[in-house]
Amino acid sequence: MWAWFHKLGSPRWFYRISDLCLPWLTVAGLLFLVVGVVWGLLFAPPDYKQGNSFRIFYLHVPTAVIALVGYYVMAIAGAVSLIWKMKLADIVMKEAAVIGALLTFLALFTGAVWGKPTWGTWWVWDARVTSMLILLFLYIGVIALNNAFTHPEQSGKACAVLSLVGTVNIPIIYKSVDWWYSLHQPATIKFTERSTIHPDMFWPFVVITVGFYVLYAVALMFNTQTAILEREYRTQWVRDKVQQ
Amino acid sequence: MPLHLLFFCVWRREWRLTWRNISSSLNSVWFFIMVCTLFVIGIGPDRQALAEIAPGVIWVIALLATMLAVDGLFRHDFTDGSLAQWLLSSQPWYFLLLFRLLTQAVFIALPLALVAPFLGLLMDLPGMAVLPLVASLLLGIPVLVLLGAIGAALTVGFERGGLLLAVLILPLYIPVLIFAIAAVQAAALGTAYSAHLALLATLLLLALALCPLAVNAALRLNFYY
Repeated sequence: MWAWFHKLGSPRWFYRISDLCLPWLTVAGLLFLVVGVVWGLLFAPPDYKQGNSFRIFYLHVPTAVIALVGYYVMAIAGAVSLIWKMKLADIVMKEAAVIGALLTFLALFTGAVWGKPTWGTWWVWDARVTSMLILLFLYIGVIALNNAFTHPEQSGKACAVLSLVGTVNIPIIYKSVDWWYSLHQPATIKFTERSTIHPDMFWPFVVITVGFYVLYAVALMFNTQTAILEREYRTQWVRDKVQQ
Repeated sequence: MPLHLLFFCVWRREWRLTWRNISSSLNSVWFFIMVCTLFVIGIGPDRQALAEIAPGVIWVIALLATMLAVDGLFRHDFTDGSLAQWLLSSQPWYFLLLFRLLTQAVFIALPLALVAPFLGLLMDLPGMAVLPLVASLLLGIPVLVLLGAIGAALTVGFERGGLLLAVLILPLYIPVLIFAIAAVQAAALGTAYSAHLALLATLLLLALALCPLAVNAALRLNFYY
């Protein structure tokens, strides 16, 4: 019964199955994204306080959410590769680190762009901003460690250990940064309390977030495929593939 | 071997190694003092301004000094092969690593914590903040040593870990820095600071329990090839 699942662990099978899924997923992801973006940017009502500048929320929040989720994707893949010594999990972990770092940077960037009209400044040492910056540092640590080793299996183990250590630390870091922020009490900036969001604004956000998740999966699969080709270049099936 | 004997053996070995090479062990203390001087020169001798930033500056430099001290924690033993013997020995690896890290934590934390009051004096730190500064260093630096040991174990195979080690472990150091500075600042304002120290102690206990596991995994991966 689980045979198909075990087969997924082999790079060759993963390559074949993901080849089948990728076109569908790409189309679905783009569809969600386009519908959500057009809906959110053109048809959703403007915010009563921030006007149209709030619309970057539709790109900023999904990026930030997936940047966070991406760390756990990376850490879980790392744990799988450490425990079951699956080559595929190792590749997924390394690719998730790169994509996650990019998304974290994008979240910080879109946040800065949003901050300029609403807070009047590009950067604020707010608890959430600081936590995202630290998340970026954690990703960069994994990427740097991966690049330092020459042996892919050794670097896989090292990155897995580091990302698991980071996973244990993330809640502590978040709590401590929250606390640090509340101790310092900068008086000038307040988050606009958005505990209730109007449904007309909310649904485009859901659609875009689904699109982001799907496209994240697409990017991860695609990068994993490329990494598989690079890493398995000695095997016959990769040679056949490249010859085609 | 009973655990207390094991601890004694590890302690004696580390103590001898540290004592016989005392000048290189003291380098972190000189670093601590010198960078503090650089800061004062960079900021200017205004006593008010210095007193305000003293807790943060002293703690950040202590953190960097610890990181530099931790870098070579396993490298020598790795290159001469004794680390492999540690991991192959019939004694439980968890306690071997725990005792070793604990010993090193004491050796690194004590000199820095002893020098800190003088640096506080130089930077005009309020007198009532000195004791919490020392206490926070004594509780916090061992956490930094334990966390740093993970990075040192991961980079043990490289000739020089330095900058890579910094990129790996500095993000993990942030909670310790936050709680420690909160304690010192609270004391400087004359408010209660024991809660912050208790949080630091919690981090220390967590790190003592968990770090040997990660250090073990990180050290072993260097032996496979």
